[in-house]
Amino acid sequence: MPSNHKIQRYVAPVEETPVAAVDAVKFDGKASSVWGDAWKDMRSRWLTWACLALIALIAVVALFPQLFTSQLPTGAACDIANFRQAPGNGHVLGTDAQGCDVYSRLIYGTRASVTVGLVATILATLVGCVIGAIAGFYGGWLDAVVSRLGDIFFAIPTVLGAIVVMQVMPWERNALTLAIVLAVFGWPQIARIMRGAVLSAKNADYVTASIALGVSRAKILVKHVVPNSLAPVIVIATVSLGVFIVSEASLSFLGLGLPLSTASWGADISAGRATLRTDPALIFWPSLALALTVLAFMTLGDIVRDALDPKARARR
Amino acid sequence: MIAYIGRRLLQLIPVFFGATLLIYFLVFAMPGDPIKALFGDKPVPESTLEAIRAQYNLDKPFIVQYLLWIKGIFVGDFGLTYSGRPVADELARAFPITARLAVIALVFEGVVGIAIGLYAGLRKGKLFDSVALFISLLFISVPIFVIGFLVQYFAGVQWGWIKTTVSGQATWSELLVPGMVLAATSLANIVRLTRGSVAENMGADFVRTAKAKGLRRGRVVRVHILRNSLIPVVTYLGADLGSLMVGAVITEGIFNIKGVGGTVFQAVQRGEGPTVVSFVAVMVIVFMLANLLVDLLYAVLDPRIRYAK
Repeated sequence: MPSNHKIQRYVAPVEETPVAAVDAVKFDGKASSVWGDAWKDMRSRWLTWACLALIALIAVVALFPQLFTSQLPTGAACDIANFRQAPGNGHVLGTDAQGCDVYSRLIYGTRASVTVGLVATILATLVGCVIGAIAGFYGGWLDAVVSRLGDIFFAIPTVLGAIVVMQVMPWERNALTLAIVLAVFGWPQIARIMRGAVLSAKNADYVTASIALGVSRAKILVKHVVPNSLAPVIVIATVSLGVFIVSEASLSFLGLGLPLSTASWGADISAGRATLRTDPALIFWPSLALALTVLAFMTLGDIVRDALDPKARARR
Repeated sequence: MIAYIGRRLLQLIPVFFGATLLIYFLVFAMPGDPIKALFGDKPVPESTLEAIRAQYNLDKPFIVQYLLWIKGIFVGDFGLTYSGRPVADELARAFPITARLAVIALVFEGVVGIAIGLYAGLRKGKLFDSVALFISLLFISVPIFVIGFLVQYFAGVQWGWIKTTVSGQATWSELLVPGMVLAATSLANIVRLTRGSVAENMGADFVRTAKAKGLRRGRVVRVHILRNSLIPVVTYLGADLGSLMVGAVITEGIFNIKGVGGTVFQAVQRGEGPTVVSFVAVMVIVFMLANLLVDLLYAVLDPRIRYAK
């Protein structure tokens, strides 16, 4: 360092000063991502594991009901002669007014509720994502047309629309048709959220960089914009799964959901109303199963939302 | 503000026609014989079918049918129910009852929900907060008809606090408990929303400034925290009106209330398709208008909304 003239400003020699923050970055480590950070936050909470365990159990029951009960819930397995029996005598939770085994109807009812919820969620999410992404990314007249179309479907509350359609539908009422009807009125909510997320993602620097590199519009949308817009959609999809399951139960309660020959929690709750005074257990078990399932999905949605939001993470 | 209201009204017009056209299309353009489908599995004589076809103008082109139906709605002609009474008369009788029920539900969920949410949010992490969160989660996950059955059974049958069904007059006091049942799920959502919003605003700069200015705690909470926390709650109320309508169908069905929802419920049980469709169409129209009202309220609460677009 020269000492023979006055130092006006001190400039630290670059090679001698370690830049702690830069040196601390490990280049060989895994890059951190939104989902990686979120999962790191989620796995430290016991509530996550409680929800995942419950959802795993529900999935296994829905897929393999015969593992949990040897009796069938409907048809020949029901003997009207032993209607409304107390628990015991081969029936763990007793029998209902039709003489069907309450426990096996509970187990087989899982499949109906979960199928409707899952199929409706997948359909609504797929349609909502595609339409929302196209509307948000391409803008212009396409956005205007698609958004107004969404407004029209949005103006009809899902279950009200389903009441009308199920009332007049000429096809057989089963889990698939019910799920389609629910998805028809459920997609605009997801499309709106996807459109908003895409709108904010398409102005990001990495999109500008891709445009500068000459990547095609469609490829930018699929490779960069959509993956970065999915987070809020995943949250709302998890919550809607619970909402669709409740919708199925409400429609079955009204007598517009699944036919009585299908074991379904909503129909069982509805049937249990008649015997509420004498046999409250008939209404209690399907309600409990329904509430636990909805609770698991809604809580998981809350957890994912919190984990994806750094502000919420800091608040805890 | 007036320009904003005008713009919103203009936006409502295509949605109104689109949504009613959609409902009409879903009912009358389904494959198969739509009129037969309206009867479900019941056998119907051919002459009745012909009469109903003529009544619904089904011999004319689809778009003409729709326009005639819409014209009927505008002049208050909704067609006839199965018992031969005009649907419009049924509506005039049923609507005030459901309006009373909705007022009770909205006041209950608004006042109680915001109060509990505010109290819980100000004491985040304390016992009251945890209990409120847990109970609200229970109310969200248990379907409204289960809550309705339980209330009807315990409060009505076991303890005899209320009558299990509501009389034809459906007075305010009779509708109090059904209104609270109707509000249960929304109440829980409002508690959670207000609580989260209050907890977030507690750490906001404007709250710190308000405290630093030496304002009393009551004023900080009321004017600074609460008003800013209400914006997401008002947004929620708009979307929630739809679930309140579905809830009204179920709640009025359970408590045998002869309102709009109860009429839909009974029409569904009896398979009276035309009544269901007319009533649901009217509910959708009310839902659209109510949503417009909520949007305007939103613009009053948060001036940024008005000038954004």
